[in-house]
Amino acid sequence: MHGGRADSGRILSPFARTLLALCVIGARALGGVLPEDRADVLWHVYNGGDLTVEGPSVLVRKKVGDSLSLSAGYYEDMISSASIDVKLSASPYHENRKQENYGVDYLHGKITYSAGYIHSREPDYIADTTYYSVSQDMFGDLTTLTLGYRRGWDQVFRDVKTPNGVLENDPTFHQRAEHRGYSLSLSQILTRNAIANFNYELLTDQGYLANPYRKIRYLSPGLGQGFTLADQIYPGTRTSNAGSLQLKYFLPWRAALTGQYRFFRDTWGIVAHTAEVDYTHPLGNRWILDGSLRFYRQNHADFYGDLFPRANYQNFMARDRELAAFHSYTVGAGASYLFQVPGVPWLNKNTINLRVDHLLVDYGDFRDALLAGQYGAGNEPLYKLNANIFQVFVSIWF
Amino acid sequence: MELTMKLTRAALALLLGAALAGCAAPTAWVKPYEREHFADPIMSFHRDPISSSYLEHVLETREGAHGATGAVGGGCGCN
Amino acid sequence: MSLAQYKGQVVMLNFWASWCGPCRQEMPLLESIYRKYNRMGFVLLGVNVEPDSQAANEWLKQTPVSFPILYDKDSRVSKLYDVAGMPSTVIIDRGGKLRVLHRGYKPGDENEYLDSIRTLIRE
Repeated sequence: MHGGRADSGRILSPFARTLLALCVIGARALGGVLPEDRADVLWHVYNGGDLTVEGPSVLVRKKVGDSLSLSAGYYEDMISSASIDVKLSASPYHENRKQENYGVDYLHGKITYSAGYIHSREPDYIADTTYYSVSQDMFGDLTTLTLGYRRGWDQVFRDVKTPNGVLENDPTFHQRAEHRGYSLSLSQILTRNAIANFNYELLTDQGYLANPYRKIRYLSPGLGQGFTLADQIYPGTRTSNAGSLQLKYFLPWRAALTGQYRFFRDTWGIVAHTAEVDYTHPLGNRWILDGSLRFYRQNHADFYGDLFPRANYQNFMARDRELAAFHSYTVGAGASYLFQVPGVPWLNKNTINLRVDHLLVDYGDFRDALLAGQYGAGNEPLYKLNANIFQVFVSIWF
Repeated sequence: MELTMKLTRAALALLLGAALAGCAAPTAWVKPYEREHFADPIMSFHRDPISSSYLEHVLETREGAHGATGAVGGGCGCN
Repeated sequence: MSLAQYKGQVVMLNFWASWCGPCRQEMPLLESIYRKYNRMGFVLLGVNVEPDSQAANEWLKQTPVSFPILYDKDSRVSKLYDVAGMPSTVIIDRGGKLRVLHRGYKPGDENEYLDSIRTLIRE
């Protein structure tokens, strides 16, 4: 999981921080069947734009009795180096974000009631989230309806550099943000070989949604690089709507093909489209191969600007590249190998997995401001991001 | 908030409708004994949740859009 | 095959599949029920509903049962008994009449089976 304050503080958008709180880990029990007992241990690496974030992730799920399933997880981001955002206004650093999550699923007849709690902590950011959902099978179990609600509370702090060059917490800075999410999911078996999911989510954010480290820039000919940095100013609220459709089809030679599309729109003027195709192909009895291709496109937020014409140009201003206009491609491949542990019969199913994804982002109106001296402020080349994402994990079922 | 109230009412109406609809259910056109494919792990939308949620998060924190990425879907027809 | 040969006995049909979790969970309990009541005029038939029996046979090798397994590959029997949930259990009395239809399996359901079987055996 990315983001986290220092990371988000300097490298990623404020939403990274709020989103990490909203991210729900683990499979949620659906309708009339509880998820399987399993444990996963994963190591993740993100490498791109001079930024490296890596760390462990552990997830355990166990049934207690016949109606209860408990889950717990731990996740860590170890952030090092600095991205383009950091280089512009700060200096390289290292930081850690730690997250723990707990969940419970209770099955009663055909209905599953779920609840959970996520706690994320960084030196300058604390995020807590609780979520609840109800899921029911109906219409001969061909349909599953899930309603969910989540609530998040963030505490935002700020680190400043002392004259000795040490990062220290600024005691005068303590902000809060609140998030609420309402979701609806409908899963429908269409034919013997096809299943479809429809998802809708409404999210509202309010409070301090900005970033105390990120800066905007405005034109100032003759001064420095031709531009001057200033604090960003964000609106105090945001409402987002997202709707998606996923379709999975079983192919006769035993393989699965998935297509998905998501539409997103919010009160900040962002409209985004996401489309993805996935293919899963088992090989023999032990191997499962996966391939995926994802396309994403968004326009910029109303108050976004790479270079504002002058100081205090408008009420709200931001230069966070997550709010810029851009499109991206993600290509991914994965391999999973099934093995047994000799002499340990209760470990009846184990897998070792590897997954690699390559992310290419092409910004439409976010420029590489570090090159202002060379090209002139506002004429720098548009930024492009290339990143690699690695995952290695072992899963055991018991 | 007004929007919250509207949504709560809509959600309750939907849930009620679904509950009532369960009383007058259409016949399942895919019989329980025909649902073997949906028990196959390759037909799961999130086969390895620890991995799919990580990747989803990496992408979400770099994009403006978020949400509606779906819960696990489908039943095996059991129970 | 016909059930006529079992007339005079209490017959329990259990519709199952190897891919169905609750079905697999139920099997050992059915086995113990069969062993206990088999000599008292009770017969248990496992009806496997999979078009391809390979997975079912492999599972049975690992978890063998002593009651007969029938294969309903073309779903004729499933349709005949209107199987609407997996697993499904049907109990037929000594006179050949269908008396109990139980859909699904939750731990504790085996007690319901035992009650029905005891009642029907005494008839």
